Amino acid sequence: MTIEFVLKRFGLFLLIIVVAGTINFLVPRLRDTNPIEQRLYEFAAQGGLNVAHMDEMVENYSKKFGLDQPLWKQYLSYWADLARLDFGKSIAFFPADVKAEILRALPWTVGLLTVATIMAFLVGSLFGAWLAWPRAPRVVKALVPILMTLTAIPYYLLGILMIFGFAIFWPILPAGGAVSYNITPAFNYEAIVDILRHAILPAFSLVLASIGFWGLGMRGMMITTMGEDYMKLAEYKGLSDKRIFLRYAVRNAMLPQITGLAIQMAFIVSGSVLVEVIFAYPGVGFLLFEAISANDFLLMQGILMFVIVAIGISLLVIDLLYPLIDPRIRYRKA
Amino acid sequence: MSTASPQIAPSDSITEDEQIGVFSAILVMIGRNKTLVAGFSLILLIGLFSLFGTLLIDPERTEVGAGKPAQSPSSEHLLGTDQQGRDVFADLAYGTPASLIIGLIAGVIGVGIGTALGFLAGYYRGYWDTFISLTTDVFLTIPALLVLVVIASMTTVLSIEAMGLLIGFFAWMGPARTIRSQVLSLRDRSYVDVAKFNGVRDIEIIWRELVPTLMPYIAASFVGTVAAAILASIGLSALGLGPQNEPSLGLTIYWSVTYGALIREMWWWFGPPIVVIVMLFIGLFLMTAGLDQVSNPRLRTSV
Repeated sequence: MTIEFVLKRFGLFLLIIVVAGTINFLVPRLRDTNPIEQRLYEFAAQGGLNVAHMDEMVENYSKKFGLDQPLWKQYLSYWADLARLDFGKSIAFFPADVKAEILRALPWTVGLLTVATIMAFLVGSLFGAWLAWPRAPRVVKALVPILMTLTAIPYYLLGILMIFGFAIFWPILPAGGAVSYNITPAFNYEAIVDILRHAILPAFSLVLASIGFWGLGMRGMMITTMGEDYMKLAEYKGLSDKRIFLRYAVRNAMLPQITGLAIQMAFIVSGSVLVEVIFAYPGVGFLLFEAISANDFLLMQGILMFVIVAIGISLLVIDLLYPLIDPRIRYRKA
Repeated sequence: MSTASPQIAPSDSITEDEQIGVFSAILVMIGRNKTLVAGFSLILLIGLFSLFGTLLIDPERTEVGAGKPAQSPSSEHLLGTDQQGRDVFADLAYGTPASLIIGLIAGVIGVGIGTALGFLAGYYRGYWDTFISLTTDVFLTIPALLVLVVIASMTTVLSIEAMGLLIGFFAWMGPARTIRSQVLSLRDRSYVDVAKFNGVRDIEIIWRELVPTLMPYIAASFVGTVAAAILASIGLSALGLGPQNEPSLGLTIYWSVTYGALIREMWWWFGPPIVVIVMLFIGLFLMTAGLDQVSNPRLRTSV
């Protein structure tokens, strides 16, 4: 690994941040409504506030949020704030800090998606390997088309069907949320069981829907691996079928899958908006949806930027660590 | 080209022969490919359903108050009515083409941009390649669905066509990458060199030699892009961020979930659009798998 590669890769990271940051700055400002005005009118409608002073208040708040400045000044101060990791204050949940809101939602998303991704990875890779293996149990072969069909169903529709099946028609699990209202999340038996019960349906809709992705990838790699000479050698040596399958075929076919897993893990912070919204799961995706419903573009901006920076850093780390893990990869001058 | 350059063979006859060879080979392969045929038939079936549905069913049945609200299926309303009296069957017949159109528009745009960029980067290399590959890498890092969610929430009235365009502009990265890597491996083949020596222009080499050879790849990434676009559009609509004035499969799902079809066990409302969507995705999935077998002989060896 050369210094040049590290510098280039870091340059790409900075470029991603600049492009994403600029898109992120411009898109919410395309809208012609003033979010603060809208918010204040909503408050007024609810609380019977005196509408006469509304314009004055809008002006005051716009100054506070910097919305009365020319666009280029807003752009500069936007970057200055970002450099200090200051995402500003939420308009919808004022005076809550955008960063605090994101950090509050983050553990739910990371918890749910990490478990779901790893489960889907393990089960999917195993099925994919069996699918390509000529001497796999027959039951497994019969299960495969069913799993592939499940993968064709978009995961949020699977979520809807699961809510109907297991929370309404046969109510054994909660339909939404991450934890019951009367329970505070803590490290005790009751709370953990409650949190797990809430996570089962969203996790399963994510797992079932992505097993096929891992399965097909693994199957392709297995077919390539099985054509290698060392597989023949292992067979001629009279090694047991199980040993050839696990130690020779699966182990070698696994490497690209692990790369895929690392990349998927990098995208975990972005959450899964649809599953979180359908299950009212209070993660990052759901927070983004709330921000959109409330027209809170400072919160939207903060979430998008946070997610993109997190993904960018994760991918950077993966690229820099990879040559250490796989000796076949060397970054050299082309 | 100078006149002194050696004429190895008349270039025109070679390209035509090769084209005919490639296309007939592809046709034979498609006919033999059961996965591809099965997927295509399923999509055709859905297409015919929406074609005859829109021709035979009165569009007024998709409007609010077309029947009594929340009726279970009967002879008058094949799949019952929703909370506001829309006929679910009519809604489905008119909503399915909308989702298909969004997918096709986004697919054409995404694969069009992606293929063009892939050829530019892979064939010309140099600065083009650096610039295009960098842009692709940057956009692959940005989670498209999150950006689409934000953009869709900004627009007040979104039409079916605008939705297709919007998704298409975020769908070119995958095709660009696939096509670039394929072009990279093809551009150094000897038949490309032969064509170059004979003074065939680059654009002609791309159009008459490389594009036909890469057709299975382009077709596979087209079907894949269409599926991804339909997935994104239904997702956005299901969040209530899609077109609200025209029926679409995602909108029906959004209404049914928002107006408590689940709690009230109105299966005839949320069930049918899910069934159509699942059929659609299985069809597209089989088509991509079939096309992969055409373009990637490695997958043909077993199972």
